[in-house]
Amino acid sequence: MNPVDLLGLGLLGLRTRPGRAALSGLGIAIGIATMIVVTGLPASGQAALVERLSALGTNTLQATAQPDVQPPAPLPESAVEMVRRIGPVTGASAVANTHAAVRRNDRTEPSGLTALAARLDLPAAIQARVRSGAWLNAATANFPAVVLGSVAAARLGVTDLPRGAAAPQVVIGDRRFTVVGILGPTPLTPDIDRSVLVGWPAAKSELGFDGHPTVLYVRSDEAQLEAVRDVLAETISPERPGAVTVTRPSDALAAKRATESSFSVLFLALAGVALVIGGIGVANTMVVSVLERRSEIGLRRALGATRGQIRGQFLTEAVVLAGAGGLAGTGLGLAATVGYAAWQGWPVVIPAGPAGFGAGGAVVIGVLAGVYPCVRAARLAPRAALS
Amino acid sequence: MTLVSVGHASVRYPGGVTALDDVSLDIDRGELTAIVGPSGSGKSTLLTVIGTLDRPTSGTVRIGGQDVATLRDRRLAALRAREIGFVFQQFHLADGLSAAENVATGLLYAGVPRRHRRERALHALERVGLADRARHRPRELSGGEKQRVAIARALANGPSLVLADEPTGALDTATGRTVLDLMRRLNEEGTTIVLITHDRDIAAALPRQVEIRDGRIVSDVRR
Repeated sequence: MNPVDLLGLGLLGLRTRPGRAALSGLGIAIGIATMIVVTGLPASGQAALVERLSALGTNTLQATAQPDVQPPAPLPESAVEMVRRIGPVTGASAVANTHAAVRRNDRTEPSGLTALAARLDLPAAIQARVRSGAWLNAATANFPAVVLGSVAAARLGVTDLPRGAAAPQVVIGDRRFTVVGILGPTPLTPDIDRSVLVGWPAAKSELGFDGHPTVLYVRSDEAQLEAVRDVLAETISPERPGAVTVTRPSDALAAKRATESSFSVLFLALAGVALVIGGIGVANTMVVSVLERRSEIGLRRALGATRGQIRGQFLTEAVVLAGAGGLAGTGLGLAATVGYAAWQGWPVVIPAGPAGFGAGGAVVIGVLAGVYPCVRAARLAPRAALS
Repeated sequence: MTLVSVGHASVRYPGGVTALDDVSLDIDRGELTAIVGPSGSGKSTLLTVIGTLDRPTSGTVRIGGQDVATLRDRRLAALRAREIGFVFQQFHLADGLSAAENVATGLLYAGVPRRHRRERALHALERVGLADRARHRPRELSGGEKQRVAIARALANGPSLVLADEPTGALDTATGRTVLDLMRRLNEEGTTIVLITHDRDIAAALPRQVEIRDGRIVSDVRR
């Protein structure tokens, strides 16, 4: 029998019982739609993160002195200038922990924020944006002036610096510092968000800071990043490169995201369950339709259908039913994913695996759900039509 | 020339019911035979055995000299598709298909290519006088028209044997008579027909009457 005739036979049962066909196809559709959504949403979220990370700059490296090494090995004062001599490095800056306590005023407890000495080139190196006021300059860096990180600003109750109003002050160590600026959030360097930043010379004169940087931020040509990373520790501390830890902040964010997405395995399992239930729905429809259509089967046998042709008809029907459900589910899942991603402003990423699995899996389920009923149908005695 | 030859055929069902008991019957080509008997007499069983829809528990059935017991499913199906046409009391038409499509279903299994099926179905409908009903669905047809569609389906392939199981059973007398007239005309055109009925008047109008009771043939009369 040619495939067109077989398809015609397979569609016959669905055409004459559209309501039931739609319901059992729906089971498959929901299963596959869920599967696509639970894989498509994390993938789209991941893509959005990667996009955001590259906007932030995945070309930033961070070098810190290892804590707890004996004898202590602070980063050299000239570290930034040395790092700048590495060819592909496009920018470098540093901050240093002054270990001074930060308070809102002299009557409050220490806030737990960190007071950092910052070089003037810091915002360029970590791509920080000044939200309000201004960054330190050559003049204010020498005086008790401070710029607040975004979290620090909220915690100290300084959310805005209106022009013309009296500048608020905070207490660092035992000195009063005037707030001149507030930074926007810097997702790659969350430590900066929780810090208040004072000029390098001011830290030395006002807070007794020794001049050794604690964290170096290094930007380089993206393609050369690994090469820079390899030589960074030796460049900063030629005698004891092992005492310098080099990390890539964007990696930490990506890793954090990866742990979050392991949740989706659970949802994937749920989608699998939905798919199985959908398959059982198709099997049920097929079993019932074999029972109901005994006389049709008998008639077809009387008209000269072989057992194989009866099997083919019912199997085709099951495959068409599941296939249509799979197709609808794939469409539904794609629409839901695209819609949600658009709403979140994410790029749309649908892993080809699950989408393919959706369509292919539906056909497999159709075959599995159809095999038993169609074997039964073929085994019916042809005389059933006469009774 | 013998078309159907049933030799000492018995059909026994599990539980000791004997539906057919040592029946022998020869039917020649071109005959119009009535098998008559009360319900439960075994006449339908005899028809299913002749039509190869069931195998006798013992005995032989030959169609055109071929012992059907030796045929596998595929050959048997081909025999039913090409040589035998069935007409049932309950018509057995598919509701979702037009009259022409119902007739074409009979051609599908005979391996008639798609492009010839419609044409041959229309021709068969013409033979039963329903050319103008080709596009109608079964529910749009009267009982007599439905039975004529079913007869057209049985005829579409030009089978050598048509088996009709109470073809007038679901029809009123007048409609039944037109169906019988159609059967008689088809027989005159050369088709061998075996017709089951419980109605002695109908049987009496046909050239040969085989009377069956309790699974045995009690009389076989040719006029």
